Amino acid sequence: MKFAIQINEGPYQHQSADSAYQFAKAALEKGHEIFRIFFYHDGVNNGTRLTTPPQDDRHITNRWVELAEKYDLDLVVCVAAAQRRGIADADEAKRNGKDADNIAPKFRISGLGQLIEAGIQSDRLVVFGD
Amino acid sequence: MSETKKFLYLNRKAPYGTIYALESLEVVLIGAAFEQDVSLAFVDDGVFQLTKGQNTKGIGMKDFSPTYRALGDYDVNKLYVEKESLEERGLSLDDLMPLTYEDEDDDYAEKDSIRVVSRAEMAQIMDEQDVILSF
Repeated sequence: MKFAIQINEGPYQHQSADSAYQFAKAALEKGHEIFRIFFYHDGVNNGTRLTTPPQDDRHITNRWVELAEKYDLDLVVCVAAAQRRGIADADEAKRNGKDADNIAPKFRISGLGQLIEAGIQSDRLVVFGD
Repeated sequence: MSETKKFLYLNRKAPYGTIYALESLEVVLIGAAFEQDVSLAFVDDGVFQLTKGQNTKGIGMKDFSPTYRALGDYDVNKLYVEKESLEERGLSLDDLMPLTYEDEDDDYAEKDSIRVVSRAEMAQIMDEQDVILSF
């Protein structure tokens, strides 16, 4: 089956990012396809490479990066939600006159149309949120 | 993309305490360009999103409720509001903003976008969807 995943909550604050990761990993290991993972609301905070959890805790951002590298996943951060919360890639930082970017590798910033397209193209859109 | 799917935006939260309602509306407006079969549902505290007379001066936030009035122009004209959720909060249809659209198939007659449905009917509406975006 072809899945799309939407994640609406920030890492560590809420289990949504963990549940989505476990779901995605299990689906991929079963041979299912994941068309796209779309990060919205505070979910965009999953995509900052500045994430620095304690050493004995899971590293939620790096976990996404590793899964994306293994399965060539499309990790998309909503641009409007990202701008509000200070998540930027080099282009966004430049466009908005910021002195730094913080997007993690394998993540890309794009528009809400990517979420709608994921809903259209996939057999199931699964939302993880509060 | 010629395929048309039934999209339901499920709104469960009050308009201001969290950002879900505002960012849900942003998805609806962007999604309207994709010419899908779109409905909105309002349940639980989500029914407060449509109440009239919203005034956000005291909390320093933007009152985005006028945006709901524009939905008709985006061909988003099926707004299902759960009757039980209204009643549990002491609300009725009279407490909601009058939202209308012009029906192209009926000589552009002005019609109400808000449809109050029972919890059982809401379950049926959800069951009929291809994609449900929950906020």
